[in-house]
Amino acid sequence: MRLDIRSLAKDFGSTAALHGVDLTVGSGELVALLGPSGSGKTTLLRIVAGLDFPSRGSVWFGDVDAGRLSIQERNVGFVFQHYALFRHMTVADNIAFGLRARPKRTRPDEAAIARKVGDLLDLVQLPGYGGRYPSQLSGGQRQRIALARALAIEPRVLALDEPFGALDARVRKDLRKWLREIHERTGHTTLFVTHDQEEAMELADRVVVMSQGRIEQVGTPDAIVDAPASPFVCDFIGEMSRLPVSLSGGRAVVAGRPIALGLASATARDGAGHLYVRPDQIRLCEPGRGDIEARITGVRRANGLPRLTLHPLVARPGAGEGGFEAVVLDAAPYAVGQTVGVTIAGGSLFAA
Amino acid sequence: MSDVATTLATSTLANGAVAPVRSVRTAPRPRGPTEDSPAARAVAIALAVGLLMLFLLLPLAAVFVEALRKGFGPVIEALSHPDALSAVVLTLLVAAIAVPANLVFGVAAAWAIAKFDFRGKTLLVSLIDLPFSVSPVVAGLAYVLLYSTTHGWFGGVLDAAGIDIIFAVPGIVLATIFVTFPFVARELIPLMQEQGRTEEEAALSLGAGGLRTFVTVTLPNVKWALLYGVLLCNARAMGEFGAVSVVSGHIRGLTNTMPLHIEILYNEYQFAAAFAVAAVLALLALVTLAVKSFLEWRHAGELAATRRH
Amino acid sequence: MAFRLVQPSVLPGFRISLGFSLAYLAVIVLLPLAALLSSTLSIDGAEIWRIATEDRTLAALKVSFLTALAAAAFDLPLGLLVAWVLVRYDFPGRRLLDAMIDLPFALPTAVAGIALTALYAPNGWIGALLAPLGVKIAFTPVGIFIALVFVSLPFIVRTVQPVLADADREVEEASASLGAGRLFTVLRVVLPPLLPTLLTGFALALARAIGEYGSVIFIAGNIPYVSEIAPLLIVIKLEEFDYAGATVIAAVMLAISFAMLVAVNLLQSISRRRLGHV
Repeated sequence: MRLDIRSLAKDFGSTAALHGVDLTVGSGELVALLGPSGSGKTTLLRIVAGLDFPSRGSVWFGDVDAGRLSIQERNVGFVFQHYALFRHMTVADNIAFGLRARPKRTRPDEAAIARKVGDLLDLVQLPGYGGRYPSQLSGGQRQRIALARALAIEPRVLALDEPFGALDARVRKDLRKWLREIHERTGHTTLFVTHDQEEAMELADRVVVMSQGRIEQVGTPDAIVDAPASPFVCDFIGEMSRLPVSLSGGRAVVAGRPIALGLASATARDGAGHLYVRPDQIRLCEPGRGDIEARITGVRRANGLPRLTLHPLVARPGAGEGGFEAVVLDAAPYAVGQTVGVTIAGGSLFAA
Repeated sequence: MSDVATTLATSTLANGAVAPVRSVRTAPRPRGPTEDSPAARAVAIALAVGLLMLFLLLPLAAVFVEALRKGFGPVIEALSHPDALSAVVLTLLVAAIAVPANLVFGVAAAWAIAKFDFRGKTLLVSLIDLPFSVSPVVAGLAYVLLYSTTHGWFGGVLDAAGIDIIFAVPGIVLATIFVTFPFVARELIPLMQEQGRTEEEAALSLGAGGLRTFVTVTLPNVKWALLYGVLLCNARAMGEFGAVSVVSGHIRGLTNTMPLHIEILYNEYQFAAAFAVAAVLALLALVTLAVKSFLEWRHAGELAATRRH
Repeated sequence: MAFRLVQPSVLPGFRISLGFSLAYLAVIVLLPLAALLSSTLSIDGAEIWRIATEDRTLAALKVSFLTALAAAAFDLPLGLLVAWVLVRYDFPGRRLLDAMIDLPFALPTAVAGIALTALYAPNGWIGALLAPLGVKIAFTPVGIFIALVFVSLPFIVRTVQPVLADADREVEEASASLGAGRLFTVLRVVLPPLLPTLLTGFALALARAIGEYGSVIFIAGNIPYVSEIAPLLIVIKLEEFDYAGATVIAAVMLAISFAMLVAVNLLQSISRRRLGHV
């Protein structure tokens, strides 16, 4: 089921939570809404599910305007951050709830319901748990049941609101993998909200980066990492370092020297700018070679690899920023205070 | 697609009907997922309000209307009658003893229960609630069986000392204390439990003594709940009927409280006078409720009363 | 961890506060009840049975307990409705109505008693309307029922209100997102977890109604075997100096109330376990 979001806007009193958002999600896609709190991602998700109403704009499921549908009619499977399981019902009754809530005409008989519940319990890898109560389950198990419950109604669209937010780091990692597998098997169009960029990158077919009610960038995880579209995306994704540069004739100039690598500037204007580089886009060499000279001001380990903090040698008086990080893959010993040459092998350039 | 196109478009509803799509900008907000339908809401409110008026407000109105049925004259007369006045004095006296006594107890019990851990705490709390589940008449009888000079445990001792408890004011006071026993404690205990120990511990660590801590840290935190507990205790103490009826002996002018006086007047068919005295007590009840409302409105977070009775 | 009677604490005043509380509790509450118990036990067993099974006693107990049960049962849906309306809706006068709920709590029972009689007596405000239809309320058990409905209502409302106010709205959203209509959601998702709370309120309402005296004796008519409540019978026995009779009836009342409350508590813990609140 294809999902179209058109000029969706939402105001809460005088504050705008969403500013005219447009988005298309293809049938069967798994899309992540990624952003910090206040970015509007949860508001967007809830509007799609019918739990909230837009101030302007519309949501379309295929060629049906969802605005005309009540929440009951929308058939969007919603998974809450805190599960919202019915504590007074067994797991089986929870999963069967949506089926039993249907009007008599469309309600399957109890045998069919029982079969469906069994199938879903198998799918979420909790076979035989039907007779238990939510209070007897762990957090991870509860979330799996919540997903099974949402899947039971055969939703047009699956909506997950920070589904792993309330869980331990370890459980989170396991469930991420598991969710991807489920998605492969069932193929529902899925929209999920998260503030964890690692989670978004790992799970999603495409990522929607949001900030302050607007979409900053939509793209595959690779596209987001390799070609971030704005300074916000750079700041939010990964561990990019920000170097102040000046723009001149479409090239970046650092410490008076233009960078050897020709970077297309995001804007053609000359003047101050910022160069965002990932630690793996920095190459170290002999002092005197490369784009700039830098002194090593810190050495640490991150994810098993040495990480160096470097500051360019030629500094404007009082320039506190300009420190950046580099990942080192070779075995050469690096020490604090050492001077090295730095080549910038890639990055994203924006006007300041 | 622009908003204009959306305005002009139609869509097919789930049940097959076709409806024009109004611009969402000016349409009334649709019903939220957890809201009841306007019809259900209207019926529920009407039913609740109607039944409450019938069961609660009508009796209240009746008190005042019946009291003033023959005008203010009989009311003044009834209230200035010596028996009525001595009933008022006795009622006030009983409340003036019972309420402070239960206040001290309530504070002491709440302090012990909320700030310390000890075995048997749950039992203690249940025992404090005990007077609520005992019929006032049974309570009165229990006191008779304790202090009656003819049939009580301590009868012999009291008789020898010439002290009368039953059929005298002390008995009324004691019975009233029994019946209003839990009020202050019940307001304070849950609130103080919720507030925990940390502020007191902080005060002590800063060098404050126990009493100072209690007066400057604990009491201010519970002042509104305390006030409300005292008000309820007072309203109940002044209005207590069953237990007092048993222990008082109904001696006019001596051991009649206002509620008992109402009974006497009523049984003598002096209805206007009975309602006159009743109206005074009803006014007291209204004042209690008004103060409670005010306290809840202004200090809801500091009142256990918002949680339960 | 060693078993301790009291966890040591840096806060002062434990012994004095607990000591005073226990002493006060013992003198005011426990001692009189002990006297009642011991007086009962000092009566010969056969005599106890005779008094307890006297026709008039049995009739009075029946009137007291049946009207109390009926009133508490009637107040349950009414109280739930009122609590729902006060918590979920906003309308002009809501605050006023909320304050009024406590009226039976704050109003002296004798005042309530004569007011209700004024309303429901055959020449009363409401009684006069119903008399031509042949319906009598005052001076019958129905009058007792009405009085007890008045008296017990706040117990249900005030017990349910905070729980309803705290209820998790997300489960309602989940239910709606799964396709359930509003009524289905209320009946299957919102109300069932309230069952233990409703039972608590019911127990409190019942306890109050069983022992009620002042609100009832004016409207009841106090006709022996018909509308005479047990507490009144106790008072009558006392006035006749039949201390033994009064004591036995009081003890029986306490015993049956206790049994009823234990039963409700049992129901409550079963429902709590069943609803997964453990």
